[in-house]
Amino acid sequence: MQPATLDRTTTIRQDFPILQRVLPNGSPLIYLDNAASSQKPGGVIRAMDDYYRRYNANVHRGVHTLSEEATAAFEATREKVARFINAPSARNIVYTSGTTASINLVAYSWGRANLGPGDEVLITEMEHHANIVPWQIVQEQLGFTLRYVPVTDHGTLDLERLPELLTERTKLFSFVHASNVVGTINPVRELVAAARAVGAKVLVDGAQSVPHMPVDVQALDADFYAFSSHKMCGPTGFGILYGKREVLEPMPPFMGGGDMIREVTMAGSKWNTVPFKFEAGTPAIAEAIGLGAAIDYLEQAGMAWVHDHERAITRYAYERLAEVEELHILGPGPDERGGLVSFTLEGVHPHDISAILDRSGVAVRAGHHCAQPLHDRLGVHASARASFYLYNTPEEVDVLVDALHQAQDVFAL
Amino acid sequence: MSDDLYREAILDYYKHPRHKGHLDNPDIQYHDHNPFCGDEITVELKVENGVVVDAAFDGHGCAISQATASMLMEEIIGKPLDDLKALDKEFILEMLGIEIGPVRLKCALLPLKVLKAGAYGLEEWPE
Repeated sequence: MQPATLDRTTTIRQDFPILQRVLPNGSPLIYLDNAASSQKPGGVIRAMDDYYRRYNANVHRGVHTLSEEATAAFEATREKVARFINAPSARNIVYTSGTTASINLVAYSWGRANLGPGDEVLITEMEHHANIVPWQIVQEQLGFTLRYVPVTDHGTLDLERLPELLTERTKLFSFVHASNVVGTINPVRELVAAARAVGAKVLVDGAQSVPHMPVDVQALDADFYAFSSHKMCGPTGFGILYGKREVLEPMPPFMGGGDMIREVTMAGSKWNTVPFKFEAGTPAIAEAIGLGAAIDYLEQAGMAWVHDHERAITRYAYERLAEVEELHILGPGPDERGGLVSFTLEGVHPHDISAILDRSGVAVRAGHHCAQPLHDRLGVHASARASFYLYNTPEEVDVLVDALHQAQDVFAL
Repeated sequence: MSDDLYREAILDYYKHPRHKGHLDNPDIQYHDHNPFCGDEITVELKVENGVVVDAAFDGHGCAISQATASMLMEEIIGKPLDDLKALDKEFILEMLGIEIGPVRLKCALLPLKVLKAGAYGLEEWPE
């Protein structure tokens, strides 16, 4: 790797208080579970702390100093998010509790208004449960058909099958931008163009892409784009649904309550404008402010740099993991994927891999990563996953590889 | 108790499981999995005059869940079916001889959960 890149990482690591942590067994923390949730820089923690200490109040309601300050900070994040993903306006940005809630919002609101018997929703075998289960639930009520784009043995979408699956009956094509298991980065623009050709709307699950690479929602041309705060240096419990105005406007509200209405009488109610129509109840104010600080941080680091850095680490991880005998990597080669590597180790269950790596301070994910159908498709029950972020180093990959050898020693006959 | 999750006895049961497979015409058969990690266990029992005369498990999962299942089958053969109801978390931990954190505890308790669900219809995690 380039020394300049590594110097920058050294500086970045100092911004994350948790990376200074030493675990109870004396090992320094080597955090390789970023696809599950990223760590937070000091600036994000301070921004949230500052809100609670100095101007904690509800938003959009009070006509007092604290409420006005809170509302300004809360809404400033909407502008930052719009700029970060190049949305036309802050009004395209709906606050939710995360990617899961964003997808559910589309399923319950857009879905109930637009889907019925004879219609089809197309998803893929590569999806996280968050982009499978909501469709299965509303499918029972709405009577549409749910279809899946198959995944190749290589861990990529089988696009040869697309013409027969994406048809005039398809009302929505919903797919993941970057897989949380095989790491595959899907050709979003190509898929959106195919959907346009049959008149289908498109929802993209960007939970694993927005944190790790530059994303331009207008260039991608998706109708909806969903992602989470906590995987991009921000707090948990907060996320975004981007939507095109012409798609969001006619959508009925999903949840009813305060803040989403313009007028309530006993006879009925009128809805607030987009995006507030979809934001019932007191929102996660500190979390919105925290995400604003996270975006400031990532913009300062530069998303192109973040992406390059992760690619370099991933390529290095590929080389080093190849040295471990009986280790099988799921998915395509390093050039076709984002910054994560899922693998199996012959004779050692992923849970046991994770438990043994933990002794060296290495945190990885083990299990099916909320993508059981994909594991079924690839013929494995579970896998271990190392996922990288802007603060990870090649030395940490070295510790991972050493710890994998130790796992093999423990389980050696 | 040892703090080594992977003490020799556990690894031995994991790599060379006893009573793994299926029984001919079992009287009781039950299958369940841990939704958090996907570990799966099937337990089969032969019962004569209220006593477990044979037991087998099948499934896949981590060393803890699979070794525990194997040890548990050994423990229950010859015991009255009614006695199995009293088996609890402490029994499993003593049998394993290790300390286990809250997440991995589910791995260790899965075989007993499946056994009790099959024998008594008890669906809760053992305590």
